[in-house]
Amino acid sequence: MSKEKYTEMRNQPWRDELRKAVPMKERTAGERVKMNEVDPAERIKSQLLEVNLGLTPEQAQAEAKRCMDCANHPCINGCPVGIDIPTFVKQIEKGEFGKAANTLREYSSLPAVCGRVCPQEKQCEAQCTYHKMKKEPVAIGYLERFAADYAIKNPGECPKPEKKPANGIKIAAIGAGPTSLAFAGDMAKLGYDVTVFEALHEIGGVLKYGIPEFRLPNSIVDSELKAMEELGVKFVTNFLVGRTATLEQLSEEHGFKAFYVGSGAGLPRFMNIPGENLNGVMSSNEYLTRVNLMGAGSEDSETPVLRGNTVMVVGGGNTAMDSVRTAKRLGAERAIIVYRRSREEMPARLEEVHHAEQEGIEFMTLHNPIEYIGTEKGRVRAVRLQKMELGEPDASGRRKPVPIKDAIVELPIDLAVVAVGVSPNPLLLRTLKGVELSKWGTIVVNEETNQSSDPDIFAGGDIVRGGATVILAMGDGRKAAASMDEYLRKKYNLD
Amino acid sequence: MNKVVSNRLLANNIHAIEVEAPLIARSRKPGNFVILRVGDKGERIPLTIADADVEKGTITLVVQKVGASSAKIVSLQPGDMVTDLVGPLGQNTHISKVGTVLALAGGLGAAPLLPIVKGFKEAGNRVLTVLAARNKDLLILREELGAYSDELLIMTDDGSEGKKGVVTVGGEEFINREKVDLAIAIGPAIMMKFAAQMTKKYDIPTICSLNTIMVDGTGMCGACRVTVGGETKFTCVDGPEFDGHAIDFDELLNRLGAYKEEECKLPVK
Ligand SMILES: Cc1cc2nc3c(=O)[nH]c(=O)nc-3n(C[C@H](O)[C@H](O)[C@H](O)COP(=O)(O)OP(=O)(O)OC[C@H]3O[C@@H](n4cnc5c(N)ncnc54)[C@H](O)[C@@H]3O)c2cc1C
Ligand code: FES
Repeated sequence: MSKEKYTEMRNQPWRDELRKAVPMKERTAGERVKMNEVDPAERIKSQLLEVNLGLTPEQAQAEAKRCMDCANHPCINGCPVGIDIPTFVKQIEKGEFGKAANTLREYSSLPAVCGRVCPQEKQCEAQCTYHKMKKEPVAIGYLERFAADYAIKNPGECPKPEKKPANGIKIAAIGAGPTSLAFAGDMAKLGYDVTVFEALHEIGGVLKYGIPEFRLPNSIVDSELKAMEELGVKFVTNFLVGRTATLEQLSEEHGFKAFYVGSGAGLPRFMNIPGENLNGVMSSNEYLTRVNLMGAGSEDSETPVLRGNTVMVVGGGNTAMDSVRTAKRLGAERAIIVYRRSREEMPARLEEVHHAEQEGIEFMTLHNPIEYIGTEKGRVRAVRLQKMELGEPDASGRRKPVPIKDAIVELPIDLAVVAVGVSPNPLLLRTLKGVELSKWGTIVVNEETNQSSDPDIFAGGDIVRGGATVILAMGDGRKAAASMDEYLRKKYNLD
Repeated sequence: MNKVVSNRLLANNIHAIEVEAPLIARSRKPGNFVILRVGDKGERIPLTIADADVEKGTITLVVQKVGASSAKIVSLQPGDMVTDLVGPLGQNTHISKVGTVLALAGGLGAAPLLPIVKGFKEAGNRVLTVLAARNKDLLILREELGAYSDELLIMTDDGSEGKKGVVTVGGEEFINREKVDLAIAIGPAIMMKFAAQMTKKYDIPTICSLNTIMVDGTGMCGACRVTVGGETKFTCVDGPEFDGHAIDFDELLNRLGAYKEEECKLPVK
């Protein structure tokens, strides 16, 4: 957002009045709001209970009051998509929750999702002026969730987005994760005829098959999907682009003029250590897909899932946290994170680590699996762990874990879940001729436009970035929609 | 949703189910499979495409009733809907003119073998087929295989039809009689293990098609991993066909049992 536009927003009379209505001392006196949560003992009994309950209107307004409405808005600089945070926060303070939601909508296609899953402590909240005062930052994530949830419950207060007249141009998005959804929504508003093709039987990508219900309920994702259907976006499930039909067929026989590839980074990585193919050792993708997408673990699902008394999850990211907390909910007595670096380097959201601790998850940091040991029947019964220490910083700037000589321990386990990262799925990419790929197998795009080396193909989200975040995936989709629109207007003389 | 067009009983508990799927019918190649799901709570089940009719826009799947999920599939009647169907999945069989091809089918393996036999025959190869089953009631696709084979040998474990004995016995008979350039063995994992051991003795390159446990079928979960030549492969995207002499069959057999009912319960201490 330009400086001028922000100043104009900030100097509107209502906002000026609001700022002056409460003395700064009073604003900064309050403590950061605590999220209302389901009790840990209660929530670990259910795969479905969302842990965070959200804020009450009173809590939200009190928290919004803490925001000092800084003229230099550091929080906006911390947001990957530049959401006008102070404006929506002040709208909440004023009690205009619907308007706050509309402000969010201008910048984000998935505010109710991002309010729940963004790593705020590394983004907007990390920049909050309160840090300079040695105080806790404004709970921007909680407030985002509050406003977005309000809009879902009170649809009347949020006007339907405007839609340009149909221009008859057919566009396809590949993969139905957050990046394609954001892209499709924007393109539909611009008047395009958009179809989203998804290989699985459900729409939502990682939001459905990966992130568990206790962190992101499917109903939240579905309400976003409904809004997109109302805009005219068509969804086709069970369609593996590249196999069911190729891009050429879609363009030559079905008249699609341009494509957005949002096929994600779905390929699980393994560690290639002995015993990894024993029964009871699996990828987090398999574990989470069985439970989240297929409903394994509930009485009436036909999909099985393995259970364990002692479950080890390898990794320190969100996927690892989701897996280990799922294991606890499936009855594990001990659910243990094994991570080769230390706590500080864990890439997971802080809140998830915190929730995991509350739920009795154990953490074995500075340990790394080197071998699995099986029973006679071929099921894992133990893992050998190499103890590590932190050495010099590596390319990522994090201190590199190095093995401590002869320090190996054996941990008895009956299930292991490997969550050490993902790579792009090469299935579709193999069939895309003329699209340049990087050495990691991601699609190379122009950073400004998200256009690939084939001008009719744009791409974004994890297929471009490798495993990243929902907000970046969403942001890519919106950016690609704007630049594809410009490209197609020129190409087909639409103006 | 895909409509069931016909459901034909091939043998005891084995059904050929023809489903509308025009795009898959057109793009599928020998060796490919689909994943389907019946009902909202249904499992995702991989099934090889046994045949396809591009004009009618249908594919045919051969299903044996073994557990609850397959029972649901074989009970589908014409007009019923398959909830989800995705494909074609997996690599295509590499079909070329190699000379003489020995096709070994064990039980239900006749279904995935059929399009491959057809392909090799049409590519100008001499095709010798052994169709084996436990007993005569489990022999399927005999005419269809016969139509594309230069010779078809029927074997049953109990001798109730054709020759008495297992598939490898029939295979060796052909091998001892004439030069075989390529073998393809498809059937239960244990049958493929022994078939590959047998052809190894004669140094005949051998392809096996694996039916591992799968979830997504698109390379996303790794449930289908198998060790081939010391390397981990994903059956759904790297396979389902692999070099029979390089497959770790013992690991495969172990992994096939991973989700037996007792394995899924919390272990008792
Ligand atoms: C368990 C887990 C937890 C996470 N937690 C967080 C979190 O808390 N916060 C956060 O910001 N990020 C989190 N992430 C990362 C985040 O989910 C991803 O960065 C984001 O979903 C990427 O979006 P995408 O649209 O690029 O891809 P995806 O969400 O992966 O969607 C891609 C879709 O494309 C489909 N597809 C692939 N190939 C084809 C094809 N050929 N034809 C048709 N469809 C195809 C796939 O089936 C999939 O549905 C998490 C990831 C995981 C796995
Ligand atoms: S079935 Fe999931 S990766 Fe093969």
